[in-house]
Amino acid sequence: MSRSLRNRAAIAGIGQTEFSQASGRSELQLACEAVNAALDDAGLLPSAVDGLITFTMDSSEEVEVARNLGIPTLAVFARVPYGGGAACGAVMQAAMAVATGVANVVVCYRAFNERSGMRFGGTSMAGATALPAWLDVVAPFGLLTPAAWVALHARRYMHEYGVTNENFGRIAVVDRRHAATNPAAWFYERPITLEDHQRSRWIVEPVLRLLDCCQEIDGGVALVVTPPERARDLRQRPALIAAAAQGATADSEMMTSYYRDDITGLPEMGLVAKKLWAESGLTPADIQTAFLYDHFTPFVLVQLEELGFCARGEAKDFATIENLSLGGRLPINTSGGLLGEAYIHGMNGIAEAVRQIRGTSCNQVAHVEHVLVTAGTGVPTSGLILAQPV
Amino acid sequence: MSDRPAPTTTLDTKFFWDGLAADRLLIQRCSGCAALRHPPRPMCPHCNSLAWQPIEACGRGYVHSFVQPRHPAWPWFEDGYIVALIDLEEGIRLVSNLCGVAPAEVTIGMPVEAFIERFDNGVSLHQFRPRREPAAGTR
Ligand SMILES: [Zn+2]
Repeated sequence: MSRSLRNRAAIAGIGQTEFSQASGRSELQLACEAVNAALDDAGLLPSAVDGLITFTMDSSEEVEVARNLGIPTLAVFARVPYGGGAACGAVMQAAMAVATGVANVVVCYRAFNERSGMRFGGTSMAGATALPAWLDVVAPFGLLTPAAWVALHARRYMHEYGVTNENFGRIAVVDRRHAATNPAAWFYERPITLEDHQRSRWIVEPVLRLLDCCQEIDGGVALVVTPPERARDLRQRPALIAAAAQGATADSEMMTSYYRDDITGLPEMGLVAKKLWAESGLTPADIQTAFLYDHFTPFVLVQLEELGFCARGEAKDFATIENLSLGGRLPINTSGGLLGEAYIHGMNGIAEAVRQIRGTSCNQVAHVEHVLVTAGTGVPTSGLILAQPV
Repeated sequence: MSDRPAPTTTLDTKFFWDGLAADRLLIQRCSGCAALRHPPRPMCPHCNSLAWQPIEACGRGYVHSFVQPRHPAWPWFEDGYIVALIDLEEGIRLVSNLCGVAPAEVTIGMPVEAFIERFDNGVSLHQFRPRREPAAGTR
């Protein structure tokens, strides 16, 4: 039997709630709605499910979701850490479970009221009586938001490679252009220009403007993972998992890996990339479209380098609006990404990758054979390559 | 003067904050292999020794990266404050603030020196300010 995960699991169903600034429902309800929608998409009943996997950060317990859906038994339940770095990792864990026969139908989910509830980028910490201990070496100095954590890396990247904030702005323009034609996107019909980007106010000077930062949102996304032979008999065209990988590297921290000699790269993503190419037998030239995690624009450039789409320091030349838009060399984030569609911790990017395989994206790329998806950056992370069924 | 968010110390990090309260910027030095480490942690990743001593940093360093967080506003910080990564001459890196310099005058690689500031709420923190480099060949 093959020792690799290659083509031994498939995504058979995708489901999501609407993306809003105030869902008016509990996070548990959003999770249940997303899981139910994904099962419905696959043509499966809740009774077929025997595994649930989510993020350590998710507030909805696996057994609570099972109780609401009426899932009778669970053989696998697990959580993946490190915020948005978990997204493709949850699918990898599900793929391992179905490839080994430990489970047959595993649903991965992530749902939150990140806008109407506790906001990552908000000022809730100003009212906290005690800081979490892991913030000790950053918070007393005024590094209190994910934007600020990312910016110290990106500032050095700008210095080393002659990159400007306008280079980052092109990612925002591409994402918003794609979101503009996706009715499910928060920024549907609201594209921006590079001038709009350059006029938006500083969040962290001179690195991140308002339009470089995704905004928190309420919503949920779920994905159904099954063995390929099971997926073949279900309602949708399966998206084969050609490769799945997680990666953490020396001195990895949660958003503040400042203690390496070189802080301009994303070694976790470099490791994930190496594993994805090795497992799939593919190269960057085999990828027709990608979802590159874009909570903040600078790390999209760094990912292009770590993944091998261009050489170190050359992303500023590769990442033009033309190259990354529909019709370009490597269209990215065709749903609008986290910046334009919704910030569901990367799970909506996997759903979009599945739509690209099925041929049902609002911004469908022609002749898609392989789609690459990455999870959160600046943290221990994960990635996937999805492929057409064989 | 003002307040600062107070660190939540653990058994592994208490020496560092106690050191600042006593006006000393301390670095962990492994007793097994003499490697320095920061942020504080219980085990040496090179030799797995749990034994270590604190040494006092010389306080001289260079700016590795710096930014100005502008939004959201915080009760503890004046608009325009500078957060920086400082490479200490000992070979470790710290998160800190740059003081007494206009943001436009800060450059990556700029020499800086540490001082310790006690804030109104009793929190003591290492801060950095520009340092005049001695001329080449002198000490
Ligand atoms: Zn040692």
